[in-house]
Amino acid sequence: MEELRQKYIAAIAEAADEGALEALRVQAVGKKGEVSLKMRELGKMSPEERQVAGPALNALKDEINSALAAKKAALADSGLEERLKAEWLDVTLPARSERRGSIHPISQVTEEVTAIFADMGFAVAEGPQVEDDWHNFDALNIPGHHPARAEMDTFYMSRAEGDDRPPHVLRTHTSPVQIRSMLQQGAPIRIIAPGRVYRADYDQTHTPMFHQVEGLAIDKDISMANLKWVLEEFCRAFFEVDGVELRFRASHFPFTEPSAEVDIRCSWEGGTLKLGEGDDWLEILGSGMVHPKVLESGGIDPNEWQGFAFGLGIDRIAMLKYGIPDLRAFFDSDLRWLRHYGFAALDVPSIHAGISR
Amino acid sequence: MKFTLSWLKHHLETEATLDEILYALTDLGLEVEGVENPVDRLSEFTIGKVTHAEKHPDADKLKVCKVETDEGELQIICGAPNAREGITVVVAKPGVYVPGIDTTIGVGKIRGIESHGMMCSEREMEMSDAHDGIIELPSGEVGQRFTDWLSENQPERVDPVIEIAITPNRPDALGVEGVARDLAARGLGTLIPRETDPVPGSFPCPIGVSIDADTLDQAPVFYGRVIKGVKNGPSPKWLQDYLRAIGLRPISTLVDITNFFTYDRNRPLHVFDADKVKGNLRLHRAKGGETLVGLDEKEYTFEADMTLISDDEGVESIAGVMGGLPTGCTEETTNVFLEAAYFDPIRTAYTGRALKINSDARYRFERGIDPCWTPVGIEHATRMILDLCGGEASDVVIAGEIPDVDRAYKLDTARVESLVGMEIPAAEQRATLEALGFRLEGDMAHVPSWRPDVMGEADLVEEVARVASLTKLVGKPMRRASAGVPEAVLTPMQRREATARRTIATLGYNECVTYSFVDEASAGLFGGGTDATKLDNPISSEMSHMRPTPLPGLLQAASRNQARGYADLALFEVGPAFHGGEPDEQQQLACGVLVGHSGPKDVHGSRRAVDVFDAKADIEAVLAAIGAPAKVQIRRDVPEWLHPGRSGAICLGPKNVLGYFGELHPKVLDALDVKGPAVVFSVDLAATPFPKAKGTNRGALELADLQAVERDFAFVLDVGTEALTVVNAAAGADKTLIEEVRVFDEFHGEKAEAQMGAGKKSLAITVRLQPKDRTLKEADIEAVSKKIIEKVAKATGGVLRS
Repeated sequence: MEELRQKYIAAIAEAADEGALEALRVQAVGKKGEVSLKMRELGKMSPEERQVAGPALNALKDEINSALAAKKAALADSGLEERLKAEWLDVTLPARSERRGSIHPISQVTEEVTAIFADMGFAVAEGPQVEDDWHNFDALNIPGHHPARAEMDTFYMSRAEGDDRPPHVLRTHTSPVQIRSMLQQGAPIRIIAPGRVYRADYDQTHTPMFHQVEGLAIDKDISMANLKWVLEEFCRAFFEVDGVELRFRASHFPFTEPSAEVDIRCSWEGGTLKLGEGDDWLEILGSGMVHPKVLESGGIDPNEWQGFAFGLGIDRIAMLKYGIPDLRAFFDSDLRWLRHYGFAALDVPSIHAGISR
Repeated sequence: MKFTLSWLKHHLETEATLDEILYALTDLGLEVEGVENPVDRLSEFTIGKVTHAEKHPDADKLKVCKVETDEGELQIICGAPNAREGITVVVAKPGVYVPGIDTTIGVGKIRGIESHGMMCSEREMEMSDAHDGIIELPSGEVGQRFTDWLSENQPERVDPVIEIAITPNRPDALGVEGVARDLAARGLGTLIPRETDPVPGSFPCPIGVSIDADTLDQAPVFYGRVIKGVKNGPSPKWLQDYLRAIGLRPISTLVDITNFFTYDRNRPLHVFDADKVKGNLRLHRAKGGETLVGLDEKEYTFEADMTLISDDEGVESIAGVMGGLPTGCTEETTNVFLEAAYFDPIRTAYTGRALKINSDARYRFERGIDPCWTPVGIEHATRMILDLCGGEASDVVIAGEIPDVDRAYKLDTARVESLVGMEIPAAEQRATLEALGFRLEGDMAHVPSWRPDVMGEADLVEEVARVASLTKLVGKPMRRASAGVPEAVLTPMQRREATARRTIATLGYNECVTYSFVDEASAGLFGGGTDATKLDNPISSEMSHMRPTPLPGLLQAASRNQARGYADLALFEVGPAFHGGEPDEQQQLACGVLVGHSGPKDVHGSRRAVDVFDAKADIEAVLAAIGAPAKVQIRRDVPEWLHPGRSGAICLGPKNVLGYFGELHPKVLDALDVKGPAVVFSVDLAATPFPKAKGTNRGALELADLQAVERDFAFVLDVGTEALTVVNAAAGADKTLIEEVRVFDEFHGEKAEAQMGAGKKSLAITVRLQPKDRTLKEADIEAVSKKIIEKVAKATGGVLRS
């Protein structure tokens, strides 16, 4: 029996392919195979002999079967291996190209600003960009003769002959959204209003269209100190600098009183702007307490309510934060610029995941 | 507004340094825009004495000088004709920057002899144009700083010039005195009272003044007097220095005096040559059509109701804006009529704007001067004329009355804290207002006549806070609008816009922000360019009309990028479109443009030209992302800017177009100079209906356990038959059983027609049947198949392809 075992185990080990292996199986453990034939002989044996030969034959059969299975698996493996070898590809070849889109810095920064103010309870309000002169000027305490009107480089829409209404304007600021929101919602109110604004000016630092975000908070007890805190919180979160320091400077806007220009501490060392350090101050926005006349235009009783408003340039803070040098390039759609300064499609700013990456 | 430090000190007694003054000005709201301090430029120059001078051996015009300086004796080569032994000079030693020649002095050899510095002329130091020779000082010690010597001996030459921006509410700060008053209130010194005694008239005024009754509201008061026997000529040096320092050209004493009061006290005045005035002067409204040549020698024609001053012969002055040339003062003037009046700001502003005259007078009258100072101002000016030009003053003639601007507001000292959030003691608040000229009676604050801007209690708060310094304001947390987790703030539309934007970027498009205005022709290509959307005052013809869609801007951007060598582009914009000129005629569109190919050539051969189905895939992705229903109609009635055969409108019902997609019309491509192929999509973001029910429950998922069956059908159809008709017909055969119908093949063209007949094509669909209650038997499938074939035949006339 040992002879049988050695013969088959050796033959199995040397089988070259599955066909040879199958022939061996038939020859050894097939119905008429050598081992099977031996097993048939068990019936002719004495019980004592059977006691010994039975288990031995069974063990032999098992051994040959598992040798067959092992060899079969080994043959399959080496076959697969060879196939895989033959399937070699140069994976350093470029992949099929996929276009990679981008988000414009204006959109990204608008979302950043929105995320921060939303956390402080400010909703987002909108208004038309072709605006009537009441909303853009009169309601904001800028009457027809006010020098501020002339200084705003206003774009006017043309009027059809016979239409004697004052011409509509392209809104010169996002402030008319204050009026529309107050008239719509009343007080208390907290909104920001980002969007396009227009002034007839074009040079190195001015484009005829740019973006502002207006802020408005009206309640019973909101003070200018609250305004300062809100702006400090905003700047800290937006510019992602801990030591942000703001300076309020008295100024004048027709729609606020008192009014303040707001400067942020910075340094220009080596031509690079750094916020929160240094001895320079950079003007970043205008703000103030909403003028009683503006509250009245918005249908809100100034004896009962008070609050603040501010306006800042989205393009401007985008330039400051991301080191973008030229305002005009924002609107030029140069593919190289869009790719360099743009943001990934899924880089959505949020308070919980971070305002910027 | 410009003034010099010494001019300021004419009104302000102060020990404050220049820097302290500059800081305070900005902090008070009088923002410093620039300072020119000659000391900064000249601080390194020192005084020396020439102890020896001899001719340069190799140059006739050069001298070799020994100059004693604070660093000992230096040898300096000098070409100035006046360089000689014994004179006191200004020396630039090696290392000093000389502004007039834009050079830093070094040690060098001139014609073989070493020179260790430079002796300077005034021009080289940018002090004047004098360049006849080097400066010779009448005094001065060796080593003394030149600027120190100047401060002692010629202080006006190192007088810093300060320029501040004046906000429209602060006309009082358009006079140096007003600036000084603010600084004094801040505690930077004491305001120096500049009073003058009235000059009694010694004869009756030969020129009378009057104001027409209908003109009193635009010119309520008119003071005047004649000063006879004056000698006009160049004004004294101090006055010329003041005016030059702030950029004004001295003209003659009389004119310079009026300019002085304009800047010193925000009090524009006018001087007429009395001998050229015919009869009396009358303030009246223009009838319209009158003309006058102004002092700027231009002729102006007046519109009705402008305020004018006329004599018996006609118009002589544009009130509050500009005097007339015929009655202007000249060097020969001996008798002068001095005018001090008050003109209404609004009328003055309209007149100035209409005539396009920007004068110092207009600038001040339209912001508001102090009406109560009219009678005082005329006395000040008279006194100065008498002092500088001699002569004799007449009585003062007066027409009208000084407008009553007295008003008072309640000072609520608690308001500063509640509105601004600063704690300022009541006494300090009162002191501040008094220093600014307010008169306090109990808690009522009477506004000074030079502050037309103060119109209510909030203004009092502003004054107090401004003077106390807003820099001291400390931020105070603002409580949350509501306790707990903040609510979402975006409206469904705002959220939709953000979703659309990021979806399109995910599809590989680069977001652009293009101008809201485009040129008329480009707007016209897209159904715009109408008069209603036209700007009255565009900055260029390239930006003349509000855009009907962002597409022309995107295509222009594509064209610019193609010119830079980028041929394959995917650009998009989410932004406003204007279909009219009214505020409510604006809509938000999301537009994408694909130009060129899908990508660069690659080893996989995947590059192909973009086509209408790229645009369709992208618009479907956008619509799906913003929640549009899956079942929509596609119509062929598209705007003119699309290729009529290769484009579609995605609609819900007959009226609601959610968006367009397709190939651009070749004419549009041509007009915008874009090299095709180019396909676009445009989604009207508000058109897709917003979900009505607000709930988060998604409903249960119904999964069928039974095996689905797919069957393919190929139909022979007329070439013009649309796939969607076939799909809809097939799907309608059994709405419960048919889960999906997909088109998987289209066979058309010559070969197809050869097989199936002229004008025919074949379309193959897969129908997926999903049984819900029992396994399908072959007979069931046969029955449905038969119905499908019938439905398609009915809808299209098509037959099953054999």
